[in-house]
Amino acid sequence: MSEIILRDSLVADDWQLLRPLAGDPVSVPAGRVIVPLAVWLDRQAELAARGEVGVWLTMTDDPATLAPSLPLLSLVAVDFPKFTDGRGYSIAYLLRSRFGYRGQLRAIGDVLPDQLFYMKRVGFDAFAVRADKDLRQALRALQPFTDAYQGSWDNAVPAFRRHTRDWPRATKA
Amino acid sequence: MYVYDQVDRNLVNERVAQYRDQVRRFLAGDLSEDEFRPLRLQNGLYMQRHAPMLRVAIPYGLLSAMQLRMLASIARRYDRGYGHFTTRQNIQYNWPRLEDSPDILADLASVEMHAIQTSGNCVRNITSDEFAGVAPDEILDPRPFAEILRQWSTFHPEFAFLPRKFKIAVNGATEDRAATAFHDIGLHLQSGEAGEVGFRVIVGGGMGRTPVVGPVIREFLPWRHVNTYVEAILRVYNRHGRRDNLYKARIKILVKALGTQEFARQVEEEWAQIRNSPDTLTDQELARVSAYFTPPDYDQHPSNDEADFGCHLKQNTAFARWVGRAVKQHRVTGYRAVVLSLKKTGVPPGDASADQMDLAAGWSERFGFGEIRVSHEQNLILPDVRVGDLLTLWEEARGAGLATPNLGLLTDIIACPGGDFCSLANAKSIPIAEAIQRRFDDLDYLHDIGELNINISGCMNSCGHHHAGHIGILGVDKDGEEWYQVSVGGADGSNAGGGRSAIGKVIGPSFKANDMPDVISRLIDIYLDQRDEDERFIDTVGRLGIAPFKSGVYGAPLRAQREGVAADV
Repeated sequence: MSEIILRDSLVADDWQLLRPLAGDPVSVPAGRVIVPLAVWLDRQAELAARGEVGVWLTMTDDPATLAPSLPLLSLVAVDFPKFTDGRGYSIAYLLRSRFGYRGQLRAIGDVLPDQLFYMKRVGFDAFAVRADKDLRQALRALQPFTDAYQGSWDNAVPAFRRHTRDWPRATKA
Repeated sequence: MYVYDQVDRNLVNERVAQYRDQVRRFLAGDLSEDEFRPLRLQNGLYMQRHAPMLRVAIPYGLLSAMQLRMLASIARRYDRGYGHFTTRQNIQYNWPRLEDSPDILADLASVEMHAIQTSGNCVRNITSDEFAGVAPDEILDPRPFAEILRQWSTFHPEFAFLPRKFKIAVNGATEDRAATAFHDIGLHLQSGEAGEVGFRVIVGGGMGRTPVVGPVIREFLPWRHVNTYVEAILRVYNRHGRRDNLYKARIKILVKALGTQEFARQVEEEWAQIRNSPDTLTDQELARVSAYFTPPDYDQHPSNDEADFGCHLKQNTAFARWVGRAVKQHRVTGYRAVVLSLKKTGVPPGDASADQMDLAAGWSERFGFGEIRVSHEQNLILPDVRVGDLLTLWEEARGAGLATPNLGLLTDIIACPGGDFCSLANAKSIPIAEAIQRRFDDLDYLHDIGELNINISGCMNSCGHHHAGHIGILGVDKDGEEWYQVSVGGADGSNAGGGRSAIGKVIGPSFKANDMPDVISRLIDIYLDQRDEDERFIDTVGRLGIAPFKSGVYGAPLRAQREGVAADV
């Protein structure tokens, strides 16, 4: 069982990620499984009947495709092939803000400590940090900033609406 | 000018702490090169040919005297006593140590400056008109909006890993002094029919391998929606911009692939979902930010200021020549804006020594309100000089090598650092600029040639904006040798090019470095031969096309070609 960061804490995790090789017949193991979008769309009724189920999206999957079935899912994951591929940030933001997803939203793949703050802001609440990285260090990197100028999922209200910001001091008479 | 409050200060200080920890972890081996690269880039640090390079943001080109003194101090303490002002209103240090970079950022933070998002695939420093607030042709002051966009784009969580870099420019005057048509987003402030304030929105302009004059995707966007509209553009780009090919990753390629109309439709569709979200600006916030950009306390002048100035102009031809180039009209009677030329022959274009920075800071206090501007033409501006102070300022600036009377002329060359420093460059820029400046060192001749922009880039990344040069020079690599491709007829949207934005046309095969002064001489000879009375170079090119320039340059062998032949015999 691996450890992940879930809502700012380290927790043991028993979700299995299903990454079928292209062309192979897909068999979904027992237990809590995160399946690719295509598998979910193919076998939605069967998988939903098993109880808790998760779906993972690639950078090219359109989150709108998943919108109708979001109420059936306990977990949605977004797979970062490289940490520099920023599409996953918009996918997360859309899942939360546009499609109203409230379940666990997990970043998987090339997930590194220095990106967690931005990921958290756009709506991720779970991070399967890359196995070679120090999870405690990752926890410390969750909140490098105490404030933010602009709105996003975590707080839609920008700084100028939340604070009484300074006006210029009275200038020369 | 804008002054940080607690929100701004905290963010910049927390950024320094975050970066210091990242550098520590990199040096300790906890972060790989690949993992550290985007982190250091988004703090302005490049790895160059000889040493790291640190690019510091000068938001919309505005500096206080205190900030400029800090830039000088950093140049002395951490570098080799100078800095390079760039075409995007940044300053670059060429010799800092990686280990010192967190301390440099801390020094910058102490004067409300930073290097945040000056590189990397994110929203870069917002640029604007260097004469904002003082230009007579200003419609509306762009600086409050540039500052609002600076804040909105700083650490935007969704747009830190875009397909490619993203540059925004804001202009608020009749003349486009911010090259808005060559930016990923160009915003033109304007008054609507009923006097309401808004923007014309240009998307997908750019230089580089595929130069594009950006199309307008929206004629009028009410001002309060500027953040959310930019958000919509960025979301469409972040999701659909190409990531498979570095050279096709800018937004201009997406706009071209979809077509302007379809791209605009997707942006409008996205914007419809967020248009009244809380990032929508309020009257209160615009009023607050605008209050930092109110005019200073201009003096009522004794009327003989102008009369004395007129006498000096008549008596002193060298002074008059400088005034003709470097002194710009001001919206307030009795004041002028003064451009300090960083284009003295023998000094790399845009470079200023720490001593020159300190002097400029001092002049800005004695002859102004302690404010300095940086232009995309890589010069410094003192925006509020009293007419009566111009002669004294000129004498002192001349002594400091900052009063070369060449602004807007052939030797006011825009150039990137090129192959002398930059690891991306195919060829050197600085020696080419210098060789051309030496060829045209006769001031009478230079003034006779008149207004002419020469832009030099050491590679296709186009940091020297060669596509927009009336004469553009691009360094290319041919079998490991440095060659230069020449184009004519580019224009950056400013009045120097008749207000047009245009991409220069290549005149033919490229040249060797030591032929470049002759190539420019031939272009100028053709122009002088063909010009119609006071017609400028760019207008002659516009009237005749490139054909006469091409035949004039390639008609007879150039020196290096002749020498090459002689050596073979």
